[in-house]
Amino acid sequence: MSGAAAARTICLNVNGEERSATAEPRVTLVDFLRHGLRLTGTHVGCEQGVCGACTVLIDGFAVRGCLMLAVQAEGRQVQTIESLGTVEAPHALQRAFLKHHALQCGYCTPGMLLSLAQFLHDVPDPTEQEVREAISGNLCRCTGYHNIVKAALDAAAELRGAREEN
Amino acid sequence: MKPPPFEYFAPTKLPEAVALLSASENARLLAGGQSLMAMLNMRYVFPDRIVDLNRVAELDFIEEEAGTLVVGAMTRQRTLQRSPAIAAKLPVVAKALRHVGHFQTRNRGTFGGSLCQLDPSAELPAVALAYEATVVAVGPAGQRSIPFEQFPVTFMTSSLASDEILTAVRFTPWGGKVGTGFSEFSRRHGDFAVAGAIAVLAGETGGPIRRASLTLFGIAEAPKRARDAEAVLVGRRVTADLIEEVAALCVAHATLEDPFGSAEYRGHVAAAMAKSALSEASAELDRQ
Repeated sequence: MSGAAAARTICLNVNGEERSATAEPRVTLVDFLRHGLRLTGTHVGCEQGVCGACTVLIDGFAVRGCLMLAVQAEGRQVQTIESLGTVEAPHALQRAFLKHHALQCGYCTPGMLLSLAQFLHDVPDPTEQEVREAISGNLCRCTGYHNIVKAALDAAAELRGAREEN
Repeated sequence: MKPPPFEYFAPTKLPEAVALLSASENARLLAGGQSLMAMLNMRYVFPDRIVDLNRVAELDFIEEEAGTLVVGAMTRQRTLQRSPAIAAKLPVVAKALRHVGHFQTRNRGTFGGSLCQLDPSAELPAVALAYEATVVAVGPAGQRSIPFEQFPVTFMTSSLASDEILTAVRFTPWGGKVGTGFSEFSRRHGDFAVAGAIAVLAGETGGPIRRASLTLFGIAEAPKRARDAEAVLVGRRVTADLIEEVAALCVAHATLEDPFGSAEYRGHVAAAMAKSALSEASAELDRQ
């Protein structure tokens, strides 16, 4: 293999920190995050862009981590589930998910949360139908979605309230 | 699965991309990656070389010039969906984009990428056909323009040479009073459509149709204009009976058979979608 296929150092900003690791160009972003940077909060599901489990934010936009190469994220701002909130200070979406039992096995949850984080930024006051459409690209096989939708609407209301206070 | 090994190049200028593409017998261009990356992960494709267009900034633009609207091939679907110029001049593009994948894939997916992928059920190639867009391509021999009608050659295959890059899509927005309609049927939101229809109608409020475009997708190897139906519409006032008559002509356009639906079934779905797209377009025209 020529030099252009060999492993190289990839530098990117993950959750506000400059990070780097070595990977071949064919390594997907989600595998790079999990294996290269040991950030295992982002899950790998279908690896064909259907399930949304690997969703991360690139420069604030939700993308499939399996449909992007790690080299393509060079120099970009990546946000993963590890920085959405903490156990002590969970994000409004995380609190709402807990309150409404919006997760069971939790496999889809990191992707759901990051998709909803961008969605609520774009659409702060969504209808239930808009929430259902927004999460139509994130598959959940446990909950039947109803509680996820309730949690998203609840978090949206809380985030709107927080914005008005500021 | 994981992608097979390949050489990777991320040029920042178009001429560099052309040179990198033509220097390999088995290279693939990577646009938004929302189809190609999945195909690589599943090892449906084994390119020796990937030429990534994501850092070629000159391919990401929406420009209005002398009665035309030109969209750069690497313009993200999200950008198109939110563009005031697109909403004003090419309203069907905005209507169709809601159905293109999911908002997460539209954050990455590009207009040019979708046109080159040419999935028979894809919305954006159908939109390009509906508006009679012209595709601009660049290769080692220079630039050429291809009317979109001549762009698909067969199932998921365009008329681009292996060393050519689609750089832009040129639209001529319709003048005067125009109504548009978009309708598709899929089993779940964001799934590949079983069939769909796009209608663009121009005329006077309450008067006869001056110009009509009716495009069907998901029914053949590539999107298709229902020219017979268009000919029936022109010169007539739109009524419920006329829409029924025209929609019935759509059934026979379907030739695509796959495990998800026979041609006959797809034809009937397309006819139902045509009815709904034509009703929407005609109602829009009447409101002006």
